[in-house]
Amino acid sequence: MSEPLLQAVHLQCERDRRVLFRDLSFSILPGTVTRVEGPNGSGKTTLLRILAGLNDAWSGELYWCGEPRDRQRESFLRNTLYLGHRPGIKPLLTPLENLRALTAGRRPLPDRVLRQALEGTGLAAFQDVPCRNLSAGQQRRVALARLLIADEPLWLLDEVFTAIDVHGVDALEALLLQRAAEGGAVVVTTHHDLRLPGMHRIPLGQEEAGDD
Amino acid sequence: MWQFFHKLGSPKWFYGIATRLMPWLLAAGALLLLSGVVWGLAFAPKDYLQGNSYRIIYIHVPAAFLAQSAYIMMAVAAVVTLVWRMKLADVFVKAVAPVGLWLTFLALFTGAVWGKPTWGTWWVWDARLTSMLILLFLYGGVIALGRAISDEKSAARATAVLVLVGVVNIPIIKYSVEWWNTLHQPATFKLTEKPSMPPEMWVPLLLSVLGLYLIFGWLACIRMQSEILIRESRTRWVRELVMAGRN
Amino acid sequence: MTEHRRRLASSDVGLLAAMKAVFLRDLRVAFRQRQDLVNPLLFFVMVVTLFPLGVSPEVSFLREAGAGILWVAALLSVLLSLDHLFRHDYDDGTLEQLVLQPQPLFLLVLAKTLAHWMLTGLPLVLLAPVLGVMVHQPGNSIAVLCLTLLIGTPALSLIGAIGAALTLGLRSAGVLLSLLIIPLYIPVLIFGTGTVAAAAEGAPVGGHLALMAAFLVLALTLAPFAAASALRISLSNS
Repeated sequence: MSEPLLQAVHLQCERDRRVLFRDLSFSILPGTVTRVEGPNGSGKTTLLRILAGLNDAWSGELYWCGEPRDRQRESFLRNTLYLGHRPGIKPLLTPLENLRALTAGRRPLPDRVLRQALEGTGLAAFQDVPCRNLSAGQQRRVALARLLIADEPLWLLDEVFTAIDVHGVDALEALLLQRAAEGGAVVVTTHHDLRLPGMHRIPLGQEEAGDD
Repeated sequence: MWQFFHKLGSPKWFYGIATRLMPWLLAAGALLLLSGVVWGLAFAPKDYLQGNSYRIIYIHVPAAFLAQSAYIMMAVAAVVTLVWRMKLADVFVKAVAPVGLWLTFLALFTGAVWGKPTWGTWWVWDARLTSMLILLFLYGGVIALGRAISDEKSAARATAVLVLVGVVNIPIIKYSVEWWNTLHQPATFKLTEKPSMPPEMWVPLLLSVLGLYLIFGWLACIRMQSEILIRESRTRWVRELVMAGRN
Repeated sequence: MTEHRRRLASSDVGLLAAMKAVFLRDLRVAFRQRQDLVNPLLFFVMVVTLFPLGVSPEVSFLREAGAGILWVAALLSVLLSLDHLFRHDYDDGTLEQLVLQPQPLFLLVLAKTLAHWMLTGLPLVLLAPVLGVMVHQPGNSIAVLCLTLLIGTPALSLIGAIGAALTLGLRSAGVLLSLLIIPLYIPVLIFGTGTVAAAAEGAPVGGHLALMAAFLVLALTLAPFAAASALRISLSNS
């Protein structure tokens, strides 16, 4: 059994005086796909943002490769890819320019590779069109093109299946499985009924309202 | 040491201490403030230049003094909020900011009242008054930001950052305003920087400054207590407290 | 365990390269939307125009008040443009990606702030001589005025970044931003206009300029930290 990439111990998060979750402990192992599940408002996005390091309003402990995450911040950030609700795409830039800007601070890649990634998500014909002229689904595909060239072992994907068509969904599911087979770890939240073989689950939304 | 620190951060513990402390703060503060003000207004000697009008310093100076130190205290609390995330520290900032605003306003108002007989006009762009006006703006910003952010923790941390930025700026603002003042109106006669003030004048001033400090402490306690009750309304000790109060 | 460690990538992008990428992206985005670049400049010119119309077109008044008018107008233009500094990035999600880059956030914020200054402060400095002539400033005063703006406007961008980061994602952020930032701008304004006034009287201004430069250095070292932590707080809230 390999060492977990990310480990959460007794996580608790309170928002607007409401406990979203408490005493939440889990490990994200290499080679797994984990789905965060729960009804609307149960804190799926919040949990993912906490794991990514965007949300500071939590208590408990988070370990990255066995050490406290905050002491490993640079290594953690470099090796984690987070895609949020907002895809991180500038409407005024072309898909290629966006991809270049998004990878520049992590691992600069030659344009050839970036173009291939865009082709891989079906955007071959749109590489030089400003993203604001693309549909919501196409914009999301620009962000997803990052997954094709990512070397980060941990992916945190928040509602990635939103606005993606049926073919895209199949391709993305295959990509996540392939990623896990390669030894990466994937954490997803989705409303889409995702069923992957061997998928782990983190159920949320069991806190009763008004409990203290 | 750490245990003490931890205890200090506990709202429940503070609530109890404050309840016991408050009557003393109020009594001592009122006594000092009253004696200082009465002595200053009625018994201290006349000023040889300004006659009786100078007597407003027994209100103006303590208010101005405290308005500035309240901001410094908020800055200390802001550091504690950001570094140790102690709940009480941000309760303090939130509770004290409006008090500071009102003290600043009082200092400005009494300054204007004083200005009328002294300069013949309600407002003069004097270095001291202008600095106080900017301090008023700083307090206003802190309060406005705190109210604009709905999430309690984010509001506390954001205001803490703003308070710290402000406190770095305060000496710069003071210096620049004084420099600006000499540039535009050289050799205005400074009201409070008397070369020598006889003890009959400054002793009551000292008393009223000390008194106002204690009153300020009392006010801070009251406001912090009510803020704590709101924040901790779901906890058992607050419920028990409320039940006990009803019976 | 060691096998596992080996698969972790280390951050191999230099700090300067990462900052440059952020800086260039902001410039590129700005040049795709040129109107946003022109707006603060138009605003600057219009505010200056209000003074001769609203107070007095007399040469003596304008000569005396001109530097102050230009400084106030420049300050307001910078204030107006600050709302854009993080807002678009926040809305489209690039800000989240920026915060999650492995480099220290304050350096990336510094790069963004520099880009902001290049796009707003610097054009204001370049436009100032024209307006200086229109408000009857003598040549010497115009030179000193431009110099003070050159040193002062980066400080305005830096301090403004803190306010922009603090008010990110709030309702009526624009007005709130002004309330928070204007008091902090006062020393810059005082030193800027005071230096021009001293120059007009023929006094040496080297010391004043050095003081302004010291203020800029202070802002350069402290403001990015404050803005970075404010950004984290604002993002944490969303």
